[in-house]
Amino acid sequence: MRHLIDPLDFTKEETEELLVLSEDIRRNPEKYQDKCAHKKIATLFYEPSTRTRLSFESAMINLGGSVIGFSSADSSSAAKGESIADTIRVLSAFADIAAIRHPKEGAPMRASMFSSIPVINAGDGGHQHPTQTLADLATIRRRKGRLNNLVIGLCGDLKFGRTVHSLIKSISRWDGIKFILISPTELRVPDYIINEVLKPNNIEFEETTDLEDALGKLDILYMTRVQKERFFNEEDYVRLKDSYILTEKKMELAKEDMAVLHPLPRVNEIALAVDKDPRAAYFEQVQNGMYVREALILKLLNLA
Amino acid sequence: MLNIDEIQNGVVIDHIKAGTSRTLADVAGLDSLDCGVAIIKNVRSTKSGKKDIIKVEGEVSSINFGVLAYIDPDITINYIKNGKIIKKEKPVLPETLVNVMRCKNPRCITSIEHECDHIFKLTASGKYRCLYCEEEFQKNKNLK
Repeated sequence: MRHLIDPLDFTKEETEELLVLSEDIRRNPEKYQDKCAHKKIATLFYEPSTRTRLSFESAMINLGGSVIGFSSADSSSAAKGESIADTIRVLSAFADIAAIRHPKEGAPMRASMFSSIPVINAGDGGHQHPTQTLADLATIRRRKGRLNNLVIGLCGDLKFGRTVHSLIKSISRWDGIKFILISPTELRVPDYIINEVLKPNNIEFEETTDLEDALGKLDILYMTRVQKERFFNEEDYVRLKDSYILTEKKMELAKEDMAVLHPLPRVNEIALAVDKDPRAAYFEQVQNGMYVREALILKLLNLA
Repeated sequence: MLNIDEIQNGVVIDHIKAGTSRTLADVAGLDSLDCGVAIIKNVRSTKSGKKDIIKVEGEVSSINFGVLAYIDPDITINYIKNGKIIKKEKPVLPETLVNVMRCKNPRCITSIEHECDHIFKLTASGKYRCLYCEEEFQKNKNLK
């Protein structure tokens, strides 16, 4: 039995297979509409989420399966003090596969140790978000036709942004990737990403605080939100939250075929006017996410 | 009674950086052993000026020497039998450490989960990281 806890749990080849499968699901949805008949996914969401939870639930419904679960810790036994180890053992009796979102880092890993059904990490604190990474990779592949030889700008909260960490770890496996890491000094990418992912693999990267200066070099711009829920100190959040705002004016500095991605939700870091720019790819990213989650469910249930 | 000059059976942990012997003894769990233990501080050393030494008389198979190398990579373990040194070795870092040190990341699942082992894995860069949150073990921060 396999789980998806870390973006590297699937090899580069397996990841490519998932992306290919997700494309086939997009083109031939009727071929897959009953693949998960009589199967259930448990969506265990201990912190608020709109798109990730509904994406998993839509994915399972599209495959002919059903959904059980909860959407906040308050409405689960966690409010009574139940451990995640116990919760997953209970849910293993009801469901065929589980997707877990938890504010504590490593919670899905902990669950996978006690689970008798496949566990998918649907986001754990500021740590990892591997299915968002699959959605990101699918979007980059659809927009650029490749996952290699790209200059990727990551902008905003690179410290607590779990989608950023997962994307760097995953796409670093393709050749010719260069990262431009754009953030306030306080929110720069953690040292371990630099010292244990980028440097040992000879991945080219530069760090900067200047979005405008970087824009013209990018094939992909990955914007992120400064997340209030990751700060223990309100003052730090207020000081940093408006560090980078992508506007129509700034988009004039970018290449004609650059793609703008964002894991969403957006607050104000991308001006609404940018939405109508053909380079804005963040809403199609959401749909790509649903198809790759369908592919992932099929793969983990050995139904692909 | 332990003779701190010579022991008959046990180990001598030598070349400890002066001032760190207490930390090493804590990490190795020497306080809980039913053995004679001598911690000798600030011994004169030709190499480093001064050093600490720990001598343990008795059964030492339960001691995790590997983790000590992470605290102080220069230590030497001398195994003593019948009053003679039978083996000298530099300890090798273990792949996994369970409940030797604690993850202090307040965002880690170990901070709230009942009876959750604190597990650290050795990474390719030679650092220990929490299995769950990947926070790096820092010598001055994570020790119990």
